[in-house]
Amino acid sequence: MPRTLSSRRASNRLAADAGLLVVAAAFVLPLAWVVLSALDPHADLRVKLPDGLTLDNFDAVMTPEITFTPLLNSLLLCGGGTLLTVACAALAAYPLSRFRSRFNRPFLLTVLFATSLPITAIMVPVYALFVQVNLIDTVEGTIFFFAASQLPFAIWLMKNFMDGVPKELEEAAWTDGASSLQSLVRIVLPLMGPGVAVVTVFSFVMMWGNFFVPFMLLLTPDQMPAAVSINEFFGNRGTVVYGQLAAFSILYSTPVILLYVLVARRLGGGFALGGAVKG
Amino acid sequence: MKTATDPGLAKGPGPAAVPPRPAARSRRVPLLRVLPLTPAVVLLLLFLAGPIAYCAYIAFTDLQLTGQAEDSFVGFENFTSAFGDDAFLNAVWLTLVFTVLSALVGQNTLGLALAALMRRASKPVRTLVGGIVITAWVLPEVVAGFLLYAFFRREGTLNAVLDWLHLPTQNWLFTLPILAVSFANVWRGTAFSMLVYSAALNEIPQEVTEAAEVDGAGGWRRMWHITLPMIRRSIGTNLMLITLQTLSVFGLIWVMTRGGPGGRSQTLPLFMYEEAFQKSMIGYGTAVALLLLVVGSLFSVVYLRLLRTEV
Repeated sequence: MPRTLSSRRASNRLAADAGLLVVAAAFVLPLAWVVLSALDPHADLRVKLPDGLTLDNFDAVMTPEITFTPLLNSLLLCGGGTLLTVACAALAAYPLSRFRSRFNRPFLLTVLFATSLPITAIMVPVYALFVQVNLIDTVEGTIFFFAASQLPFAIWLMKNFMDGVPKELEEAAWTDGASSLQSLVRIVLPLMGPGVAVVTVFSFVMMWGNFFVPFMLLLTPDQMPAAVSINEFFGNRGTVVYGQLAAFSILYSTPVILLYVLVARRLGGGFALGGAVKG
Repeated sequence: MKTATDPGLAKGPGPAAVPPRPAARSRRVPLLRVLPLTPAVVLLLLFLAGPIAYCAYIAFTDLQLTGQAEDSFVGFENFTSAFGDDAFLNAVWLTLVFTVLSALVGQNTLGLALAALMRRASKPVRTLVGGIVITAWVLPEVVAGFLLYAFFRREGTLNAVLDWLHLPTQNWLFTLPILAVSFANVWRGTAFSMLVYSAALNEIPQEVTEAAEVDGAGGWRRMWHITLPMIRRSIGTNLMLITLQTLSVFGLIWVMTRGGPGGRSQTLPLFMYEEAFQKSMIGYGTAVALLLLVVGSLFSVVYLRLLRTEV
């Protein structure tokens, strides 16, 4: 009996491996295209081995107007948005996690409700509103909206991480005369360092990849982040140079992939508990 | 363990009888609770609740982008004209097809299948497959759009593979654009369901499945009678979340087809954008946005009910 069970397990494993590899092959084709085309001097739309390896595509796109300015704009928008999100979320999570109040539950339910609202739907009214209050085509307006759209999930995640920090350490600091803000900054946040890192990286990755928000709220080409400027490869420059498009895609995607890898294990656990993640 | 300063912080002006205390102190305590919340609340009110309220207002006006001094209140006219508009009904239908095909069927089923297979697979295969599927998820939306645009184009990879297998090829983005963008959404979004279900399957105690295995229940029967009932809460949560994500997909479809050809992949977000900006009908576009928001809110409420024991 144990023998048949274990041999059945072994054949199960082979079948599972084979099934997964088939799916992986389908998933890897588009990814293989971008990597191979970026190195191919004669790239087109299909996956093929390059006609010789070259870095010319990277050379061609590594100019201020194609790569550096848009990436810098992305960094400014997403960095600013992330800082604002994390600071506001950390402050907001503190009373929610530390003090018992009858307002906590309704507040958290509202936050959780807002977490799953389709933000895409409100971009047209946001545009109309931004025109009215003169925030259209401003970097700060876009940063504010980015922060607000990411804030519900950041508060939710931050509160869950903060709940994991024992209260006794803070109470010791209070008896020594520290204020609540001091104990938050000096004791609670350092203790939940990995949690803060997860919220930071997650917010940043979400904003970095977002296309619709800057596409709607920014108009001046010089202010466009990479998410929008990548469109230029299709629009105004005549024929599409696929090798350069692929090279730019890689340059633009690498930061978020690296950041994700950095926090991957924490994120996996974190959002299984948090329940809500926006894609 | 309570310290001297703590009781004032831990008890609020709640329903329980609060012993009288010095006025200065009781005023300080609520302030301490409210003050840290203000930056977040102000930001949320101004930039999230504000636009939603504004949305609810301009959906009932005839606001346009150009050539109009004053917008006027038109009541439900935007909504009635939407439901008489073939392009709108087409967008509703395509949104439904896109959501059912890519989220409910595609991402959900494939994510569950991958998670279940990964439990039995060998470690290197598991790591490799997980890495590839998650990379597709982490990529910026526009990049994912380009990769799949290249994949589905007439001269792209899919047709090359079909050709190699001696199967008929087609111009996918022209003949079946909604199918192509649905597959694109499956490619991009499956990792989420995979991660949710991997976590859920890990929660199932091993003894339960082992007992069933010894009793001779095959893989499918174990899945249907034991695993699925045990993870039904995760299934509900996952379905809610991926539906909401799929309802708001814009960039992916925009990059691949711009909603075309002839509106045949124009889901509601793209329809909303076209009405509001290419046709300058902000009021009408916003009415569509409001409908999308209401549908999203309904899903969101169901999601809250599924989670209610956890808050």
